[in-house]
Amino acid sequence: MSQWEEPAPNELSISNLTCTREDRVLFTQLEYTCCAGAVLQVLGFNGAGKTTLLHTLAGLMPPASGVIRWRGESIAGNRSYTRSLFYLGHQAPVKPALTVAENIQWLARLRGQSPSAEELCSALEQVDLEAYQNTSCGHLSAGQKRRVALAQLYLSAAPLWILDEPFTAIDKEGVGRLQQLLATHASHGGISVLTSHQPLRLENLHTLDLAAFQPDEACAYV
Amino acid sequence: MSEQSTVTTSAWRTIVARDLKLIWRQRTDVVNPLVFYLITITLLPLGVDPSRQFLGSIAPGMLWIMALLATLLSLDTLFRSDYEDGSLIQFQLSAEPLFLTVLGKVTAYWLTTGLPLSLISPVLASMLALPDGGYIALMLSLLLGTAIMSLIGALGAALTVCLRAGGLVLTLIVMPLYLPVLIIGANCVGSAVAGFSFLRELALLGAGLAIALIVMPAAIAGALKISANQ
Repeated sequence: MSQWEEPAPNELSISNLTCTREDRVLFTQLEYTCCAGAVLQVLGFNGAGKTTLLHTLAGLMPPASGVIRWRGESIAGNRSYTRSLFYLGHQAPVKPALTVAENIQWLARLRGQSPSAEELCSALEQVDLEAYQNTSCGHLSAGQKRRVALAQLYLSAAPLWILDEPFTAIDKEGVGRLQQLLATHASHGGISVLTSHQPLRLENLHTLDLAAFQPDEACAYV
Repeated sequence: MSEQSTVTTSAWRTIVARDLKLIWRQRTDVVNPLVFYLITITLLPLGVDPSRQFLGSIAPGMLWIMALLATLLSLDTLFRSDYEDGSLIQFQLSAEPLFLTVLGKVTAYWLTTGLPLSLISPVLASMLALPDGGYIALMLSLLLGTAIMSLIGALGAALTVCLRAGGLVLTLIVMPLYLPVLIIGANCVGSAVAGFSFLRELALLGAGLAIALIVMPAAIAGALKISANQ
């Protein structure tokens, strides 16, 4: 139980990372270290490998080479890393046949949480969906479905958030709230890694431009 | 330890409950295999000789073949929607190992296809004039056999989930693996009809199910991990 007594500081470090997609090298020799309280915005042109980087960071696919470390330990096959991670892809994992509350509940339970009715209500309030709690998600708009998925963030206690295009289909006010949430998360020592083409106004914002890690012509293919 | 086990059952239970709820709300899709089973068995006496003696002799095999085809019918969609809306990634990143979540999906699938198929099979067997001794053997063998076929089929569905027209490939992958189940299952009913003990075949199916339960969830989880990143 020593891990609870003295938690290592949150730190995500990427060293010498190369990722490939169907024999094409997307980026190579990527070096970056995210310290506690950072918000990292990954930039890059379409097809630069932003989503691949996020998938690799989430441990969903192994990198072609290089190591990713969380709190000093490699993330490969590391279950405690998976537990300290919240990932949201560019699709919203929301089932149209289930109600808003049911969708939030199964997603939370899958991560080993069981949110109480109050927690659920307050999370829905944060994303402006409290009136839709028992509405089937098939009747919601794209932005509202996205908000259902984002409500997970208010329930999640994970220190590392990896969000792929979280602002897609979200209105102006929602974008503001989400930025506020990211700031709160950072102030608690959490780390967020996200992709977005939108300029963000956050204090601890760091940017990582994948265009700087493009492979040379000679080694663009493996 | 006890905390661990409650967490573990909750992942399985969450997915079973979620899928049953989903299937119940889209139940028109789910009755498809059942309707297929019902229609083919009803049409069979009309298309071929309706005499009791002839039907009775082909009934064990026919009931089993139609059940097998009926389970193939909806297999393609098992992981499709979870793949498309990103739920599969959430499964991979859940607090528990992926194979438990996968087992939950297969359980829900079997509860909504294999179980009802087995339960209505005696009614259909009487339409095909199955001799008296075969009913219990038919139900028991279908209960075990559809469970094995669900597990095998889920592996095929996991391997083909990223293919746009995966249906044909899925059938080709799954068919050879279904054959032993079909042979043993139809034999089980055949033995019972002939008045022999069918416990041997039933034990074989049970052993097959035990192996499939141990091996398949891990294999399906591995296949999904590969497919999910395509």
